[in-house]
This record gives sequence, C-alpha cells and structure tokens, in this order.
Amino acid sequence: MDKNSKGDNRPVIELKDVWKVYDMGHIKVNALRGMTMKVMKDEFIAIMGPSGSGKSTAMNMVGALDIPSKGAIYLDGHDISKLHESDLAQIRGKKIGFIFQSFNLINSLTAMENVMLAMMFQGTDEQTRKKKAAELLTMVGLADRMHHKPTELSGGQQQRVAIARSLANDPEIVLADEPTGNLDSLSGENIMKMLMDLHHKEKRTIILVTHDKQVASHAEKIYLLKDGRIEGIKRVK
Amino acid sequence: MIKDFFRYAMSNIFHRKLRSWLTMLGIFIGIAAVVALVSLGQGLEKYVNEEFEKLGTDKLFITPKGMFGGPGTGAAASLTLDDHEFVADISGVEGTNYIKITNAPVEFKDSQIFKNVFGLSYKPKEYKIFAEAYSTYGIEQGRDLKESDRFKATIGIDYTVKELFDKKVKLGDTIEINGHDVEVVGVWERIGNPDDDSNIMINIDTYDLIFPEKGDEIDYIYIKISDPTQTELMEQRITDKLRNHKGLDKGKEDFDVQSPVQLLEAFFAIFGVIQAVIIGIASISLLVGGIGITNTMYTAVLERTREIGIMKSIGARNSDILLLFVIEAGTLGLAGGAIGIAIGMAIAKSVEIIATSILGSALLRAYFPWYLIVGSLVFSFLVGIIAGATPARQASKLKPVDALRYE
Repeated sequence: MDKNSKGDNRPVIELKDVWKVYDMGHIKVNALRGMTMKVMKDEFIAIMGPSGSGKSTAMNMVGALDIPSKGAIYLDGHDISKLHESDLAQIRGKKIGFIFQSFNLINSLTAMENVMLAMMFQGTDEQTRKKKAAELLTMVGLADRMHHKPTELSGGQQQRVAIARSLANDPEIVLADEPTGNLDSLSGENIMKMLMDLHHKEKRTIILVTHDKQVASHAEKIYLLKDGRIEGIKRVK
Repeated sequence: MIKDFFRYAMSNIFHRKLRSWLTMLGIFIGIAAVVALVSLGQGLEKYVNEEFEKLGTDKLFITPKGMFGGPGTGAAASLTLDDHEFVADISGVEGTNYIKITNAPVEFKDSQIFKNVFGLSYKPKEYKIFAEAYSTYGIEQGRDLKESDRFKATIGIDYTVKELFDKKVKLGDTIEINGHDVEVVGVWERIGNPDDDSNIMINIDTYDLIFPEKGDEIDYIYIKISDPTQTELMEQRITDKLRNHKGLDKGKEDFDVQSPVQLLEAFFAIFGVIQAVIIGIASISLLVGGIGITNTMYTAVLERTREIGIMKSIGARNSDILLLFVIEAGTLGLAGGAIGIAIGMAIAKSVEIIATSILGSALLRAYFPWYLIVGSLVFSFLVGIIAGATPARQASKLKPVDALRYE
C-alpha cells in the first residue's frame, strides 16, 4: 500500500451506530450508545473524554479487541463487527498497531524479541523479523538497547519499544491509548513528538485515546466522547 | 514458527527457574526410577538369555513336582534311582546324570552350619552332561573332582572369602559333613548368588556313604538328548514313558520334565510381572509429576493473563496461545524427562558397579536400549502436553479485553 498518496481519501475505520452493552447480572451497562465516527487514511485524530465516557470501550472497538453489541465497524472497508475472535486477532495483528499506557511489553523477552513477537504471529520468517525489528528499534533511538529486557529500560524507552512493536507489521492504524499516562512530562513529550513524526514523515494513520487536553492537542482532529457517543468534533490547526 | 514457540517456552521456563525445577522434580523422579529399573531389568534379561543360550537346547531336566522347600529338603521328593535308570534307556536319550541333595550339618573348626551338599556322578561321560549345563562356571582354585575321589569335595567361593564358619576355609582344609571328614580339593568360581556360592559338591559314592538314609531318592535328573531339534518331542516322550513307568494317570504326574526354554519362559513370566509392578509404582510419581505440571501451568495462565492479552492484541490467535502453553508444558515434561534419564542411568550404572565390586555378581548389569531412552523422552513430553492441555485451553479462550485489564 502506498502510504504517501495524500489524495487517497478513503476511511480506514468507520463506526456506524455502535452500541456496547455490558451485562453485569441484574443491571445492564450501556458503555457505548450509538457511537458513529469515521477515520480517514493518514489522519491523526484523538478520541477525548473524561473517565466513564466510554473511552476504553471505544478504543476496544476501534482496535478490534472486542465486537459491538449492535452496530457495524468497517475496517478497511470490511465489516468486522461479527467476526470470531481468531479472525479478529489475525486482522488486529496485520492492520492495527497498539501502544498502551502501561507499555504492555513481555518482561521475559528482550526489546528485540518483543518487536519480533508481533511478526511471529503473522508467520514472518526469522531473517525478515530480525532485520525489521532492528530497523524499527534504531528508528526509535534504541539501537544500543535492543538486547535489554523491559525491566532494564526506563519508562520512556519501554514506550519506544512499544512504538517499534506497533509498526512491526506495517499496520493501517496506530492506536495509542494514553501513551504518555505513565511517563514523566519530558518523556511524554518525546513520545508525542515521535507519534507526530510517524504521522508527518511516515504518513501513518494515528488514533490517540486520552483524557488529557494537552495530549489530545497534538492531533489534527479531536472527537469529544461523552456518555457513550461522540458529542462534538474539534479541529486543531 | 514451532521453533520460535519452543524458544519462547524455554525463555519462560528459565525466567522462573526455581519453580520450573520444582515442577520437573515429579517427572524426573518418575522417569529416573523407570529408567533405572528397566535398564537393570533389561540387563538381567539379557544376561539370563545369554546364559540359557550357553546351556543349549539339547538338555532336559526332571524335577519332582512341587518342591516347595527347594531341593534337598525332601518336601515332595518322588524321583528314584529306578526312574533314572528307566529314563536313561529311553530312545533318543544320549546320556543322563542325577543329583542327590541334602541340607546337612557341616562343621569346620568347632563351628557348625547347615548347607546344601550335592552328590553326583563324576564318571566322565555322566559328569560331562552336568558340566555342560554349568559350563560358565569353572574351578578357581585347586581342581575339579574325579571319579576316583573319595571323601573329597569342591566348595563354593563364599567359604574362602566370608566367615561362614568362625574361620575361612582354605584349599586342603578338612571339613566335617554329617560327621565325616572331607578334604577340600577345589573352589568354584563366583556364581553370584549366596546359595550357589556356598554349595558343597561331592562324589555320589561318598555321598551315599555319608547319607545312607537318602537311599534311592534323587532330586534332579539331567538329560542330554541326541537331537537338539527334538526338544519338545523328547520332553513329551519322556513325560509319557516315565508316567506309565510310575503307574500314574495323565495329568497327575508327580514330576516335571523341563527344557531350558521352558525355564526361561517361566522366569520371564514372573520377571515380567515384577517389572510391571515396579513400573506401576514408578508411574505414580509420573502421575504426581503430571499433576504438578498442570498446577504450574494453571498458575502460569493466571500470572500471565496480561501477557496473553498483550499477545492477542498484537495478533496471536487462540490456536497460537494454545500451542504456546502446550509447548511450554511439554517442554517442562521433556526437560524433566531428560534429567530423569540422566539420573536413572547414573543410578543403574552405580548399582551395577556396586553389585559387581561388592557382591561380585554379574546379574545386575545396566543395559540401555535405545527405545528406553527415546520412549522415556516421548513419554515425558506427552505427560507434559496432557497435563498442560486444560490450562492451555483456558488461556487460549481468554478474551483479549479481559486479559488486558487483568492486573
């Protein structure tokens, strides 16, 4: 796929009237109440909302980590809302790269192996995996830390490993969930700069989920989430 | 892909060294026990087989039926000199010899014990039949008996190395059997069991003088047949003829005609049961080891729930997670098995060395056939996989959202 063609104006992910109901025994909780949104290729958007607004659920939907109770989700034009978990996993691995608040690296593996792991589930051969992992880690400035385990790295470094991992399978979308939440402000700012570089230089589609106005302001467009639906869209210039 | 899964499993196993060791303990104790026991059993089996091969197929033995007390105790003796003479004349019988055995008081330098005294014919042709059956053992000191010897004996090696009496017996010493002085002219090589190594052999003429009360009663008839390919036929013929001679009904014989093959079969039948029981007991350890792996894997699933969520979020399918955990459990089993095999081999070899140097017995020789090693490895891997299957299934079924939320 040509990521440099700015004119390619198609939606990579689209949510249509998505509802998510959690059955908590005798009460039912409506986490999403008809969320509708469309993310175009090469956009950098943020989904912002206070806690309890359905932010986490929204990110699970966008990230194909869960399926909706009602409504449809189109990823790259295909409806994924009724897929089985294993097919979902395959799509997730190929099309979406995750960056989590708590880094979510595997502690028994080195930085290199963590990045390689994402490619392993796609059946990529070892040579290619090694080469690609080394490239990505060099790109995020960790060339000299490749063989360190996560516990031997700082928070900022761990998040950079996570960024490298998120790009391992050349995904359509990079989904970052509070990526700076566990970092000090300087490291956080570095990570945001890196995400912006990914967007500007590499033309990646980036979806940022956050409660922080300051963090959200790095995006081009902010979707305001409240009570399980999009309340408004704010453009950042 | 599978290679990577193994690598991932290994890194997890090494990451939690102590727990992995403890988990493998159950498996390797079980495998070590099985390997040690089976290899010694196989060694024994091989040894017995070789011995019987030397014995040849041209030999038959007649024993009184139901010798519960063992030969020489007179428990159910029913063979006589007359029977022996009758058997010797049956067509197809090339030669015979017989033995009389008495458990008699033996005295040396004022100390007395009870031992088995064997009397047999040393006429060259007859003695040869006995000697062929025991060709593996020779005389270590002195000489064997001759037909013309009177009140001379050959004795088992234990008399000369252990204090069976107050003092050790030397070549040329005189021992007193049932009140008669007998000179020791030869000492047998070590046979390997305490009974055989404390036997006393004397010429049948001397025996009859020392134990006149034994009369016509004999304990064992050795037969050499002229055609070694006719063992079974001869066995039947001798049984039939001797039964008729003794006036007994078919099926009511008070004697047994046996060939080495039959003895071998009887031995292996008993031996097989003993081995099965021992392996059964060792399997309990394997079962416990398997449960240990299940337990560890359940803990691992709980502990790594978040990790499972991470892997699912980066594209692992249910089947990948299942495979990862099954391989990890299998690897735990396999590693436990490999250590168990090494320990089992070491134990078996030590037993062999100790048995050879202390007991001087060649019976306990460790033998490691390839199928024992490969079989143990495959089996321990399977135990791991089976033990890990349920926890692995549980892990694979976790929803990524729930798994990621898990703290």
